[in-house]
Amino acid sequence: VMNDIITTMFNKKFMEELFKPQELYSKKALRTVYDRLAHASIMRLNQASMDKLYDLMTMAFKYQVLLCPRPKDILLITFNHLDAIKDFVYDAPGILNQVDETFRQLIEVYGCLSAGEFQLIRQTLLSFFQDMHIRVSIFLKDKVQNSNGRFVLPISGPVPWGTEVPGLIRMFNHNGDEVKRTEFTTDGNYVLPQREGSFDLYGDRVLKLGTNMYSVSRPVETHMSGSSKNLASHAKENIVPNPLVKEELNFLARLLGGMEVKKPGGSETGFRLNLFTTDEEEEHAALTRPEELSYKVINIEATQEPGPRDELSRILGALEVEEPQAGGAAKGEDLLALMDAL
Amino acid sequence: QAAWCVLPSRVLLVLTSQKGIQMYESDGSIMVYWHALDVTEHHPAQAVFARGIAAAGGRFVCVGTSSGLVLVFDIPPKGTNITVSEVLEQHHDAITDIAAELGQAPDGAGDLVTADDAGTLCVWSTGEQFSLLGKIPGFGWSCSSVKLWNGIVAAGFGNGQIRLHEAATGVLRAEVNAHARWIYALDLAPCAGKLLSGAEDSFVHVWKLSRNPDTDDVEIQHCHAECVTDTQVCGARFCDPEGNSFAVTGYDLSEIFRYGRA
Repeated sequence: VMNDIITTMFNKKFMEELFKPQELYSKKALRTVYDRLAHASIMRLNQASMDKLYDLMTMAFKYQVLLCPRPKDILLITFNHLDAIKDFVYDAPGILNQVDETFRQLIEVYGCLSAGEFQLIRQTLLSFFQDMHIRVSIFLKDKVQNSNGRFVLPISGPVPWGTEVPGLIRMFNHNGDEVKRTEFTTDGNYVLPQREGSFDLYGDRVLKLGTNMYSVSRPVETHMSGSSKNLASHAKENIVPNPLVKEELNFLARLLGGMEVKKPGGSETGFRLNLFTTDEEEEHAALTRPEELSYKVINIEATQEPGPRDELSRILGALEVEEPQAGGAAKGEDLLALMDAL
Repeated sequence: QAAWCVLPSRVLLVLTSQKGIQMYESDGSIMVYWHALDVTEHHPAQAVFARGIAAAGGRFVCVGTSSGLVLVFDIPPKGTNITVSEVLEQHHDAITDIAAELGQAPDGAGDLVTADDAGTLCVWSTGEQFSLLGKIPGFGWSCSSVKLWNGIVAAGFGNGQIRLHEAATGVLRAEVNAHARWIYALDLAPCAGKLLSGAEDSFVHVWKLSRNPDTDDVEIQHCHAECVTDTQVCGARFCDPEGNSFAVTGYDLSEIFRYGRA
């Protein structure tokens, strides 16, 4: 399963699309791509488990981006992700190669960006995650998240690489000679970092953000009550029809065209991943999920219609959704009709 | 970004975004001017936006862009006949902030400073034609925020430092290891020479700037620290010109916190 998912994710065509300069995905688009990726093997998830997995991923990534010490460290976090992925496929040289190739591309495209450019990327990502406060058990337990869903921002520990420990004031005369030195104190308790993380293909990243938080067996609960206060205003913005939506759906179709989806064939029986303790719990979660937190996934189906949509059909025809979603059989919705409806 | 541009004849509300620049009457009722950003001027992989707003020279509104250009708009005392009087081309990196002199500029000190993502600061003298008085090179970090008061340039950087430079000569007069993270906001209370800094490390600091009348040395001392728990501070502004109260905003925060002297 790991091999299949990772192969799909690091597939050359898919990566090519990702590396093209583009706007941030909308929440719908991201969720759709994520769903497709999660079904790239014989593993299947019901709606409730899929929602929960997405919630976990979203909050974990938000945490990493938020606590990123210096803007360039966002690249180190990405490298931590890739290092962990390589560990899962260490025995499959073909897939390992694909991941290394992506690594090299990341270094090539992002290696020379300035701090200001990285900060802009980080701010753009943070605006995507704004107002999401789903509580994650593992974070609550480790005291990195408060009971109100907000992350704890420590005021102690190492400062980012390139930053000095706050406290010193130096003053100079008009010749540039230092003439006075004073210090100020705060509640903060900072120290200098020992070394900088490595940006090479292999190396010690130093930063722990982005490493596998489940490397020791941990619970996967999430809690949503009380976190929906500020979501109402955000839910509205996705409903207003946007002329850019068509652009985005075209992009999405190209992106998914680069993804090969595995169908359980022959003697292989698929297996279903349930992120809850029992099947009943999973069903209950699906029914009681607050409306404002339901993800609106775009259902993309292959269409039989001829004409200008042929190209799109061919791309979409390569994708097949095997089992019907928990909400009922997938409707034969036309992709272009969907664009009109949005 | 949003900023009030206070000119002798009128007050305009100026907004910048990824599409362009909008100017409104001070009550927000009418949009008096719209300037679309030229996308073709940018490399396809580059973000396009306007950033950095300041009223200058009693007659102009200056706005920075992601390509490093600073647009100078000539504002008539009334009406919508706003024109671009000049385009300043000294910066090679995206503009981050622009500040006009808030106090009394000493001779030759200029009355406008522009800052960019490379940390470069340009000091200008405003007028029919703007002239560049000096350029202060960066040191590898973005200058996220800048203020100009009595000929002193106060600049906040992405590495948490605040630096004070002489506007007339560009000489570095003070270096403060102020914050443990990226400084997002600087504000200045001109009647008292108080400086406010807010950063991602959750801290807001109040400093006092002064000039020693004998040596002409610039002094900065720390007055107060406030920790906005678990919040990355994105905005910080004094609420009065004496600097006795200030307001703070942060990421994921739907409230504005206001602090005042007890």
